[in-house]
Amino acid sequence: MTAENDVAIRLDGVSKAFGALKVLDNVTLDIKGGTAFCLLGRSGTGKSVTLKHIIGLLKPDSGHVLVHGKKIDELKRQELSEVRRSMGFLFQNAALFDSISVGENVAFPMRRHTDWDEAKIREVSKAKLADVGLEKDYDKMPGDLSGGMKKRAGLARAMALDPEILLVDEPSAGLDPITAGEIDDLLVELKKKGTTLVVVTHNIPSARHIGDELAMLHEGKLIAQGTAAELDRSEHELVRAFMRSEGAG
Amino acid sequence: MYARVGAAILAALAEVGEVSLFGLRALREALLPPYEFGEVIRHVYEIGWKSAPLIALSGFAIGIVLSMHTRASLERFGAEAMIPAGLAIALIRETGPLVTGLLVSGRVGAGIGAELGAMKVTEQIDALEASAVDSFKYLAVTRIIACIIAMPMLTLIMDFCGIVGGYLAESTISGMSWQLYFQRAFSLVEFNDFIPATMKTAVFGMIIGTIASYLGFSTTQGTEGVGRTSTRSVVLASMMIIVSNVVLVKLIFFLFPATG
Repeated sequence: MTAENDVAIRLDGVSKAFGALKVLDNVTLDIKGGTAFCLLGRSGTGKSVTLKHIIGLLKPDSGHVLVHGKKIDELKRQELSEVRRSMGFLFQNAALFDSISVGENVAFPMRRHTDWDEAKIREVSKAKLADVGLEKDYDKMPGDLSGGMKKRAGLARAMALDPEILLVDEPSAGLDPITAGEIDDLLVELKKKGTTLVVVTHNIPSARHIGDELAMLHEGKLIAQGTAAELDRSEHELVRAFMRSEGAG
Repeated sequence: MYARVGAAILAALAEVGEVSLFGLRALREALLPPYEFGEVIRHVYEIGWKSAPLIALSGFAIGIVLSMHTRASLERFGAEAMIPAGLAIALIRETGPLVTGLLVSGRVGAGIGAELGAMKVTEQIDALEASAVDSFKYLAVTRIIACIIAMPMLTLIMDFCGIVGGYLAESTISGMSWQLYFQRAFSLVEFNDFIPATMKTAVFGMIIGTIASYLGFSTTQGTEGVGRTSTRSVVLASMMIIVSNVVLVKLIFFLFPATG
């Protein structure tokens, strides 16, 4: 167990079902602040659902989710908003607002939560887009971007307010290997600056590169947690097989 | 069979209850800060101003048709002089508000339902929440308030264009001057004819905005679901406008006896 003060995110016996389908089954884990935690697992094992619990988009049927010691699932609307301001979320399909430009997507959190003037908002938005290689695409509409570009724009929006915690759902899905590597490097840089990363990925080389700690979900249960080396030696054949794979995306 | 019919009725009533709670929640949240004035103004422009050409053209055409029908009826009694007043009262009291409501439910209800439905299935609503923005307030409340504000204004446009259309039809047939036409048109129109009938369209706006937003937020099953939401928004909002109109007219007669 991680020292109490170091824990940024804690899932305490979290279970969640959608109808008869149990997606998370008594999941308990701690994520240290300033580290990168990679959540692995086959499709449909509850990884994205876990991220949505952490940011309070879903509430557990039982158990609790704590962020910096606050029970997310018990917070009132205003308190939840305050916690969410310290977090960024890259959705699996980017979820860009399709009625405004890419630049305005990135500027959106700044317009809502800062009193910066227009010039500064534009400058910071452009810088965030530059971080993901989209500096020339500020005025494009999301519909004009490829899947990989949308993903990068979504990451730029998630980073807009320099969140303490960044939740990233499959950052390299749909990206070419070079861009995927650049995104991985960017995430490592963010970690070095003290950002807590929770990354859902199928990409094992990427997880090895980014993650300080890895965990694997299978049929709603956490079946392994530790460093990449520890997961390589897991007693679970499925975990070892997963770690041996080079699954991209 | 009885069980199936009963279950369908219960499901429909449950949905009406949920829509009503959704609308009441919107009214309550509209009174609480933070206020989204910018978004409300933007939606009044989108819903109101952009619907104005449709409403104006429809009002104009309805005015012409109403004038022709009124003439055909009143001519039999030698009461052609009453054509402008009859048309104005019919338009202001009932035809204008109701047709505006139905047209806006078609144009705006479908638009809101489809837009919010698409945002729901593409996780854009979740993305708003993740950005610490109250999606209900930002998306639903602003649209409902905008519908409430826009509807009476659009009704005024409908009424005005209808009367102008009526004048053109009448002047073409009888050569009546516009001064005489407008003097006769408004000779019988009173405050009680005009204000309650126009203001009841705010309720129509509430119905359109609430039903379309509720269905948008409840959308599931991808693009097929978005299409279904769009259609249901128009059907349910139109139906509820017609049904609520019965209650509202009765209420107006009760509160303003002179209109009865």
